[in-house]
Amino acid sequence: MKKSNNIFKKIVDKAYEYGFVSNVNTEIIEKGLNEDVIRLISAKKKEPEWLLEFRLQAYRYWLTLEMPDWAHLNVPPIDYQAISYYADPLKKKKSNENKEIDPELMKTFDKLGIPLEERLALSNTAVDAVFDSVSVKTTFKEELREKGIIFCSMGEAVQEYPDLVRKYLGTVVNYRDNFFAALNSAVFSDGSFVYIPQGVRCPMELSTYFRINAAQTGQFERTLIVADDDSYVSYLEGCTAPMRDENQLHAAIVEIIVCNNAEVKYSTVQNWYPGDSEGRGGIYNFVTKRGECRGNNSKLSWTQVETGSAITWKYPSCVLRGDNSQGEFYSVAVTNNHQQADTGTKMIHLGKNCRSTIISKGISAGKSQNSYRGLVRVAKNADNARNYSQCDSLLLGSKCGAHTFPYMDIHNDSAIVEHEATTSKISEDQLFYCNQRGIDTEEAIGLIVNGYAKEVLNKLPMEFAIEAQKLLSVSLEGAVG
Amino acid sequence: MSNEKEYIELFEQNRTLVESNCSALLNGARSTAFESFKVAGFPTPKEEKYRYTDVRPIFAENYGMNLGRVAAPINPKEYFSCDVPNLHTLQEYIVNDTYYNNTEKDGLPEGAILGSLNTIAAQHPEILAPYYNALASKGDGVTHFNTTFVQDGIVLYIPRNKKAETTVQLMNLLRTNVEMLFNRRLLIILEDGAEASMLICDHAVEKIKTLSVQVAEVFLGCNASFDLYELEETQAENRRINQLFVRQQAGSRFNHTNITLTNGVTRNSAHVSLEGEGAEVNMYGLAISDKQQQIENNTLVDHLVGHCTSNELYKYVLDDSAKGVFAGKMLIRKDAQQTVSHQTNRNLCLTKSAHIYTQPQLEIYADDVKCSHGSTVGQLDENALFYMQQRGIPKEEARHLLMFAFAGEVIDAIKIDALRERLHILVEKRFRGELNRCKGCSLCK
Repeated sequence: MKKSNNIFKKIVDKAYEYGFVSNVNTEIIEKGLNEDVIRLISAKKKEPEWLLEFRLQAYRYWLTLEMPDWAHLNVPPIDYQAISYYADPLKKKKSNENKEIDPELMKTFDKLGIPLEERLALSNTAVDAVFDSVSVKTTFKEELREKGIIFCSMGEAVQEYPDLVRKYLGTVVNYRDNFFAALNSAVFSDGSFVYIPQGVRCPMELSTYFRINAAQTGQFERTLIVADDDSYVSYLEGCTAPMRDENQLHAAIVEIIVCNNAEVKYSTVQNWYPGDSEGRGGIYNFVTKRGECRGNNSKLSWTQVETGSAITWKYPSCVLRGDNSQGEFYSVAVTNNHQQADTGTKMIHLGKNCRSTIISKGISAGKSQNSYRGLVRVAKNADNARNYSQCDSLLLGSKCGAHTFPYMDIHNDSAIVEHEATTSKISEDQLFYCNQRGIDTEEAIGLIVNGYAKEVLNKLPMEFAIEAQKLLSVSLEGAVG
Repeated sequence: MSNEKEYIELFEQNRTLVESNCSALLNGARSTAFESFKVAGFPTPKEEKYRYTDVRPIFAENYGMNLGRVAAPINPKEYFSCDVPNLHTLQEYIVNDTYYNNTEKDGLPEGAILGSLNTIAAQHPEILAPYYNALASKGDGVTHFNTTFVQDGIVLYIPRNKKAETTVQLMNLLRTNVEMLFNRRLLIILEDGAEASMLICDHAVEKIKTLSVQVAEVFLGCNASFDLYELEETQAENRRINQLFVRQQAGSRFNHTNITLTNGVTRNSAHVSLEGEGAEVNMYGLAISDKQQQIENNTLVDHLVGHCTSNELYKYVLDDSAKGVFAGKMLIRKDAQQTVSHQTNRNLCLTKSAHIYTQPQLEIYADDVKCSHGSTVGQLDENALFYMQQRGIPKEEARHLLMFAFAGEVIDAIKIDALRERLHILVEKRFRGELNRCKGCSLCK
């Protein structure tokens, strides 16, 4: 027991690896939110009139809303006027010249393990690096363009492909969808825009790396992925933030459109700063992620490893509109210390013969609260829908909580829907078995937790899987004692 | 709020009349409940618990209420007799919302009390006072509504270490010519080591719109044991809101079986608090619904201490445009270590327009627990159907056999042999569409 306490201490002391602050010259606009701020953001991004209109409409709608309180979370009141909604780290040399990347920025991303030099890059991964509100650099753009793939920041897409953006933006997540979707639609800044043309299989992994750096700002990125007929893309998302005592807000929207016979795989390793062991600081992660399988035989797969954030409120969803479409959701959510997570998915069956799978693994330690909340809805005309959901929770420590709130709304007699959930701690038998074979308790727990999460980790692309495995062990080793 | 307003005004105008009919104990709780009702009002679908059954339109109908205690002009024994063969029970009647006086109390142990809530509250306030409204006061707007207007119901009290050999059978009869709202109250107290069983049958004959609001409070002392069976056979016009509150002390055992064969709109809720170590609760539910029937079972099992066990099994068979709702929550508090809790919900949807909403929830704050829940929605097994057809059983018959087996799991949990056998027959008839009217009442015979 003593030994495990030591390791526990070590881990707590080790804390958060990515908690440094970069000294980058950043242009931050005044705090506060009003129509002028929105006009300012829009002007800075040189946006067309219709987009400004879209933002203002969303803002006016947002004003009529109240922050939702149905989640199993304890969210301290957020002062939306105390946040700056735009922070640009790319300093301008002169008014007419192009923006230039600060060497400090390059160093930051090197330190995070995301080299922005293409020759140094991880093999076969194109990266869009977003720093505060602005996309710093997108690698391998040219190689991708040869295949007709568009991979750039949202800001760039609005300039260069306004028709595409206008056609798809807000069609999956309407600005009226929820409180944070309305807020994001009003003030969103860079995220990635991906368009895979008909019949193209994206030759490399596309990825976006989000980094919050500036204090007292929020990050409100918006990502839009369109996979045209018969295409395929695998997209990865990673994120980190500095350690601060204040809470910072991250309210993003991800929209995915999957056309006939196309497939999109979206993987997230969420590692925002979770706050310290006393629960001070950390990111509030309130994200709306939704994909729509518009075409027949389309497939959308969400994989997420959630280890960071003080509070997570996130339900990556699949709207299965096309016949024979498939939705998948694989999740490992780890909470430790004072973290709170209310996360899960929605599988909305509209087309015929759609299938969906939900595998959710929650791990709670310390004084954290971890909830799974999921909806499986089978509409009246969604014949032969098939769903399988499995939600397991593992409790490490007697002060944490693990909760399961599944909703099943079935309106069709041919549906087969199964939901299973279990909650338990690591069994003494398993530990004893490992001990007998010379594996000490600490290692045995790591082994068991990794085995428990394997089903999900196996779905991640290679590089991410290794990172996720490391993260899991850092987040949890010694959490039992 | 307009709805509530009418009821609030109605109560204020008739307060003296209502109070003059009732004992001090009921009136005392009434005052506080009325204040709570004024604040809470009726729950809205915005509240998670009332997401699927909106009670406001149910209360909005223009019902009459029997505030002046006019007795229904019938003798329930002539009007209705239970014809379950070999079922020996102590029969009690509540007609609408009034206890029908019955002097035969055979089979009750010495010191036991069974009778009208209002009368016994006046005779033995010392026994009832610590219990009446002790759990219901923590309820919602509907509970407070019931406490505000309720005038009668039934009490069952079994003293320490006594056993009631005969099952108490309570028949709730609905008999009215005009649209009415009824408030009923049940108070069941089993002291340490006491044992009893109770069967509650809801029957309605006339096709007249009624709303029954029933609140039941059950208190089980250490090592007490109580079996409660509820059977609803009412009409499409009947609305029923049932709330059950249970408090269990150490080592006590509570078995609850709730079967809905025919009904209109029903919302049953159960709130079980396990307050002593080693307490056990088993809850079973079966609903067979067709046409426009709507049935919700909403349960909350609150594990406050360790070493308790809870089991839930709810099954629904939904035909036509029926709507089924199951919302079950297991709340395992921080100190409830070594809890074992299992929850299962299985549903058969037979048509495209039948809806099922299911919401099995776990909320767990203790780490050394074994909890699971499972929920399925599906159809009859094609392979099993095929197997039976291969052996010469017609498809329709094979379907029926599978459906009986599906329902049988819940019925088999009933410990009263005669009742179990009777229910097997009733369910079979129900599936074959032969159970249009309840067989027991004199009108059908």
